[in-house]
This record gives sequence, structure tokens and C-alpha cells, in this order.
Amino acid sequence: MTKIGYFPGCSLNGTAKEYDLSLQAIARFADVELVELADWNCCGATAAHSLNSTLAVALPARNLAIAESMGFDEILVPCAACYSRLAQSRHEIKSDEKYRTKIPQLIEMDIKGTANPITVLDFINKYVLGKLKDNLSNKLNAKFACYYGCLLTRPEHLSTIERREDPLVMEQIVQLVGGMAIDWAFKVECCGAGLSVVRTDIIGKLCAKILDDANSRGADAIVVACPMCHSNLDMRRNEINKNLASANTLPIIYITQLLGLALGIEPNKLGFDKHFVSTGKFLHKLQKQTMEV
Amino acid sequence: MARIGVFVCHCGENISSTVDCAKVAEIASNYPGVVYSIDYKYMCSDPGQNLIKEAIQKHKLTGVVVAACSPRMHEPTFRKATAEAGINPYLCEMANLREHCSWVHFREDSTTEKAAELVRVLVEKVKHNEELYPIKVPITKTALVIGGGIGGIQAALDIANSGHKVIMVEKNPSIGGKMAQLSETFPTLDCSQCILTPRMVEVAQHPNITLYTYAEVESVDGFIGNFKVTIRQKAKSVDHKACTGCGLCIEKCPIKKIPDEFNAGLGNRAAIYVPFPQAVPNKPVIDRNNCTYFLKGKCGLCNKVCPADAIHYEQEDEFIKVDVGAIVAATGFDIKHSDFLPEYGYGKYPDVIDGLQFERLASASGPTLGVLKRPSDGKEPESVVFIACAGSRDPAKGIPYCSKICCMYTAKHAMLFKHKNHHGNATVFYMDIRAGGKMYDEFVRRAIEEDDVNYIRGRVSRIYEKNGKLIVCGVDTLLNSRSVEIEADLVVLATAAVANSDSEELAQKLHISYDQYHFFSEAHPKLRPVETNTAGIMLAGACQAPKDIPDTVSQASGTAAKVVALFSQDELTREPLIAYVNNNTCVGCFLCQSVCPYLAIEKEEIRRRDGTLVKTVAKINPGLCQGCGTCVALCRSKSIDIHGYTNRQIYAEVSALFNRREYAGV
Repeated sequence: MTKIGYFPGCSLNGTAKEYDLSLQAIARFADVELVELADWNCCGATAAHSLNSTLAVALPARNLAIAESMGFDEILVPCAACYSRLAQSRHEIKSDEKYRTKIPQLIEMDIKGTANPITVLDFINKYVLGKLKDNLSNKLNAKFACYYGCLLTRPEHLSTIERREDPLVMEQIVQLVGGMAIDWAFKVECCGAGLSVVRTDIIGKLCAKILDDANSRGADAIVVACPMCHSNLDMRRNEINKNLASANTLPIIYITQLLGLALGIEPNKLGFDKHFVSTGKFLHKLQKQTMEV
Repeated sequence: MARIGVFVCHCGENISSTVDCAKVAEIASNYPGVVYSIDYKYMCSDPGQNLIKEAIQKHKLTGVVVAACSPRMHEPTFRKATAEAGINPYLCEMANLREHCSWVHFREDSTTEKAAELVRVLVEKVKHNEELYPIKVPITKTALVIGGGIGGIQAALDIANSGHKVIMVEKNPSIGGKMAQLSETFPTLDCSQCILTPRMVEVAQHPNITLYTYAEVESVDGFIGNFKVTIRQKAKSVDHKACTGCGLCIEKCPIKKIPDEFNAGLGNRAAIYVPFPQAVPNKPVIDRNNCTYFLKGKCGLCNKVCPADAIHYEQEDEFIKVDVGAIVAATGFDIKHSDFLPEYGYGKYPDVIDGLQFERLASASGPTLGVLKRPSDGKEPESVVFIACAGSRDPAKGIPYCSKICCMYTAKHAMLFKHKNHHGNATVFYMDIRAGGKMYDEFVRRAIEEDDVNYIRGRVSRIYEKNGKLIVCGVDTLLNSRSVEIEADLVVLATAAVANSDSEELAQKLHISYDQYHFFSEAHPKLRPVETNTAGIMLAGACQAPKDIPDTVSQASGTAAKVVALFSQDELTREPLIAYVNNNTCVGCFLCQSVCPYLAIEKEEIRRRDGTLVKTVAKINPGLCQGCGTCVALCRSKSIDIHGYTNRQIYAEVSALFNRREYAGV
């Protein structure tokens, strides 16, 4: 069994529990043990880098250093915001002499930058897809709008995704599990991210556009790979619907949940019961249309 | 006994700000063999040169070391001064105190020490310098012009009009290039074809110009004045001597749905075709990749209908060898095509088009006969958005440079649209408006003020289709950075101008350098903008960098002047700094021949008087040798050396460095 470092961040312990559940489920399938970093701390997302540039590097650096001390050269970071912070911190430490000397003093740990943060899409590509084909038990006959948001594809120097402005990584995964990925316009638009708490009105406006476009192009669900995008699109639905002519009921599901369904894992074990916007209708439709492979 | 003079230049403050030049001169005066040493503020100036000339005569110098800038800059200057004083110019050497010392070090004692060492090294070298004499080579007074766009046309006409022969090679079936595709030209809005086609005809009819269309340069050997070029004449499958250009074959050709390159893919052409009605030559070629006869061996309709019996399916590519003295590369540019900007749906939405496609839509000879109709449904657009800098000046897209022509043609496009549809809405998104040039800014102001084009300073993040409209999402950075959304019927992207896809290959054939974007490099960005670093090969137009028509034409005329100046001499003088072989020790292994990048090594048979062969040795062709020294390094019997850089001279320099302690006087 392969072991890699795992940085769940705050979301996957709380609002994005279903992301954690489904991720752990497909990791078990892929025979990869996700070892949670011991005594990890907040990545500092949004708050830290708006206030203090050194702290914004130091906070994630401590997590990178922990992973190094545990002997990992890969850390799975399922949250796109956490990923962005960890990858940026590693980039700064590797490229900036100032941080290379200052950060170890601040975090009181050695750090070389040998532990490489990877996104959930990198993880799926590297560890899951190879084993998927022979183990597919359900063909997910539905239309999906793959939504990347901003931090999986930006900034340019941190992104591992090709065609950043029109990525196709998730679309390829959707196709592999028998689904149809729709061509739509908002896949890398911003959901409003951290404004979720203080300016819910802006979240409402931004997410309304995203949901409306996916809906008008006939999507059955939106697929995401970021807990921040998920909570904005899912949890803020009431606020979003204020900006729409009619209430939008599109469920927002994680790419890991999608893979779990394709592998025949029970929806409840993938956290489908933990969504704000009901996934029942979507699951029901899938069940009706799903053909046993 | 050597009598060396050392002349230390301050180069204003370029050298003297970090190097103590007087001290260097003083130290140098103690070097063995140095009889005269002095420093001066500007050695390259007239008084500076006189200083050298007078010292040579007064002190009977046998060698001169000028410690100044790079020899690339002023070696010719000082060698000329040396010659004027009556000694062989190759007895003058330069120590580079500027690029190699003062510009790269701080002011400290060790910097002055290094400068003194550099001088000492050259003093030791110059003691071994020999008198050398320039090599004379004849010149073939014919020029090859590669590319038949406006740059190539202008250069060819200028050279031909001064009485020299020109061979023009164009890879497409017709000359005319990009300019032939344009509708109107800025800043005067005169019709592009109306001013171009007479020139095309002039090229075809000029007694001094031989035109090869549908042809490419296959290989280039030789050197300035004496290039040997092989041209590949691609099989046209039509005998252009017999063909009357009646067009019956085109009419009858059953394969008619091939995207038309001339119309930027907006129209169709047949498999046997003339690119456009005003083409030169106005005779068809068969596109073998799409012709049924060539794909399936059947059809032959064009052959049946041709009244002149001009269709020749069996024609093969022909290789034509020509001798030329100079080459003009005028191969033009391309624009970035689809999938380069997925966020704009370029290549996905038919109504998101590029600038060249807009030119064809606006052109009276275009697929819509000049009526602006959008590609998807043929409707005339009411709202058009133009996006400047679509890819240009965007390091994330790998194109950090400005494409230069877009600001002007975007203004022109918006204007043309408004002239055709007075009530339509034209919007331009731009970063900056770069309208430097005669009457250029006035032209842009006219678009904004008189033709009521809405200019928005900001970039577009995304374009998507909704209810049959293209939604253009951008930002207005002058309006408190407010985001804007515009519903458009047609979007025109000023996609980045890039080098031709085959420009790297051509540069390698020509042995000329090119930049990281595959544009050809000029010899000097300011003072030698039309020549390349390879003598005898010049540039015209956008193959060097994105350029508009006036700039291209100016450069083409400049290039022509360089070619004509070259052809004004009967013989060419070359630097004698080339390899030579010691016949006595050469064993004829010819390892040198296999490594010579310039193919300059030949075999020479040494025979007794009775004709019996003694041995075969290497011989250097003085016309081809560039003095790179690869053969010297490889020669196992040390039989090859380079004039001006002999092993003896190099050893003298190196051992001078090893013996530095003896002289370290700082």
C-alpha cells in the first residue's frame, strides 16, 4: 500500500465532511493510505496573505516541514485554497533567498521544500484512473458541468493543469465514468471564495451566473474539486436564488463522490446526505438511468 | 625585438569609473617589449586615433594594443588607423577593458589589476602577430529574394531597377502575401489590392526578375557574393507556358469544398485553383492533397476540359540550382490561430474571428463581396466587439512582445464596420493604444471621435454564447475598474503576430540567427537593422519582427540599398582570419573535413613533377572558411592553424596569465 501525506485543512473536518468521506473511500479503492500530517495547522488562506506576507508563507511552510519530517514527498491537499497556499509557500521558499533563511527560524523547523503538494485531480490522475477501468460498476449516465473555480488553475506558475482557461481534466474523468461533460462558459469563473461570510450578496451574484449557465445548458449536476466552491454553490443557495428568476436546484457534487458512485459505493458512505441542496432527485435519476456495466 | 605600444582608453567614464586607466598605462609601460604606453579619454575619436598613428611612426612600433571596448565595436577603427600609420593592420590587437572588466566589476584595486592583466595578455599575443592581407573573392551580381509579399516585392523591384538580376521564390501559387488579403490600409483607407497589384504585375514583367511561385528554398551553400542555392519548384501539375488561364478547369473541378487559405478559411476553393482573381501568375495549380485524381487515381476532368492541353499530372518537383551573391529573407509572418485563446472561444464559436478573417469579410474581393456578414448565419452584425492584444503582451501566453500592427488595424476595422453600418455598435477593448507613426494617432482619434467607436481600456476575461449572442465579459479600468458585459453579434480578435511555422527551418538553412520567438535576428538592433549576422543575407519585413506596410516597405528599400552597395564592387574583401594547412605535416585523415560546419575543407592532391601522387592533404577554401577553429582543435597532427589566432599566439596569452606574479605591480 502506498502512503502519502494528507492535509485535510479545516473544511474537510467540517463543512466538507462528504469530500473527506468520498476521498477516503476512493483512496481505499486505489490502495493508497492517506496519512494525516501530525499536528497540522491552518494554511492561512485568504486572511494571512491579505495581512502579512511572511505569515502567509510561514503558516503553510510549517505543514510542509511536518510532511518532510514524516518522510513524505507528496502531500494530498484536497482543498484548492489550501493547495494554492501550500504550493505558493513552497514556491517562495525555493525561489526566494529571504524566505529560505527566515522561515525555518520562524517555524523552528528545517524545511527544504522536498514535499510536493498535489491537488485532488493530480491524485486521481496518478493513483485512481489506472485502476478505474476494470472496476467500474456503474455507468453515470447524466450531464455534468465540471467547475474548477479559480485556485485549481491559478496563478499560472502554480497550476499543474493544461489549458488553464479551458481545462479538460475533470471532463476526461467524467467521460471515463460514462457521464457527459457539457461545454459551458463558467468553468473557471470565481465563486466569490472567502467573501462567503462577509459579503454573501456578492457570492449570490457570482454563483447565480455559474448555476444559471450550467442549468440552461442542461446539466444534471455540477462537479467540483474544492470545498470552498462547494460551500458557496451549495450552502448559499438561498442567497443565490434571490438573483435568479426561478429557484435553481442543481446539486453540487465532488469529483470524488462521482468516482465513488461509479465504483458502486453506497451514496450514504460518500456523504450524499450531507448536502444543503438535495442530491436525492439526481441520485434517483441516475439510478433509473444507470445501466449495470 | 618587439616594440609594442599600449593605448588605454577611458571610454568617457565607461572604463575609467571603475578602472584606474592611468595606472594601467603606467603598469603596462613596464611590460617587456612595451616601448610606449599612454591613456586617453576617447581613443576612438580623431585625436585619439592620431595619438596611435603618431606613436607608431615616432617609436617605430611593431605592434599595437588598444585597451578599450569590445573588438566587435572598434577593432576595424583601430586597425584602419594602424594601417594609415604605415604598418600592417593585423599587428593591432584590442584588450577589452569595458565588457570584460569595467562593466562587470566594482571600482576596486583588483579591477584595475585585472585590466592590467588583460593588457599584458594581449601584449604577449601581439608579439607573435603576423602581417596578414585581406582575401579577395568575386561577387555574383544576382540577388535571391525569398518571399513575394510586399517586402519581397519592394526589395526585388528596387534591386532590379538598379540593373541587377533578381530571383524571387514564393511558396504560394501567387505572390502578394498578406497585403493582398487586406481590405483597406491604414491610415489612409486606400484599397490594399489597388496599390499592391500593379507592383505584383511589375515583378512578373520585369526583365531583371525571374519569378518562381509555388517554390521553396531547398538548400543554401556558399558565402557572401557566392551563394549556391537549390530551389524546389513544387509540381504545379499545370504547364504554365501552355496554360492560357481560361479557368475552365477550375469551373469543372468536382472538389469545391476546400477551405480557402486566401479567404482565411471563410470561403471554399476547388482542388485546382488560382488563389485569387488578381493572382500573379494568374494560372492554376493542383492541390494534390485534395485532388481526387491524386488521391484515388480517377477523375481527370480538368485534363479533359483543358483546351490547351496544359494539365500534366505526371509533373514532378524540380530542383533548380542558382548562383547568387546576396539573399533577402522576406518571408513575412503569421497570426496565432485557434485554440490559442480557449477563454474567448476562438476556434469554437464561428462568430469569434481573427483580424485576417475580418479583412476578408470587409474586402470587396472577399467571400461576402465586402458586405459584412457573420460566418455563423450570414447575418449582418449590429454589435461588434474588437479585442486588441489577444495574446500579445501576455507572458502567460508565451508572447510578451507587442504585435505592433494591431492597434492600428483594430481602429481601422472598427471604422470600416461603422462606415458600413452607421447605427451599429463598435466596441474596442484595449490595454494601451500604440499609434506612433505619421497620421496614426489622428487615425485612432478619428475612429473614436468621428466614427463613434466605443473604446474601453481593459481586458476581456471571457466570451461565451448565450441565446445566440456572444457575451463579452471584460473590465473597464478607467471606470473605477467596473466589470462590463457586452452582447455582441461578432467578435474580432487581434491575435498575436507570430513568426511563420517554418521560419526556424529556413533560418537554419540560411545559417542566420533567430530569436526565441523564431523571428530572424538583425545584426544590430539600431545600427544594422536590415542585415543578419551572416554576411550577404539581409532581411525585409515582418520575418524580423511584426511590422506594418510602411515599415516593411522602408526596410525592404533599405535592404535593397545594401544589396546594391554590395553589387557595386567587383570583388569582395574578406578578413584573412581563416584556417590554413601545413602540407608537410598533414597526414590526410580528414577528420577536419567531417567537423567543418561551413563545408570549407577540400582535398588536395600533392604530386611529383612526373605526376605520381605523393599524398592527399586538406585544403581550406578561403571563401567559405569562417575561422571558427573547430578543425584546429580536432587536427591530430597539429597541421591546421588560424591566421590571427595561431596556437603560438594563444599559448603566449595563456602562459602570460600563468606567469602573472612576475609582473603583478598593483
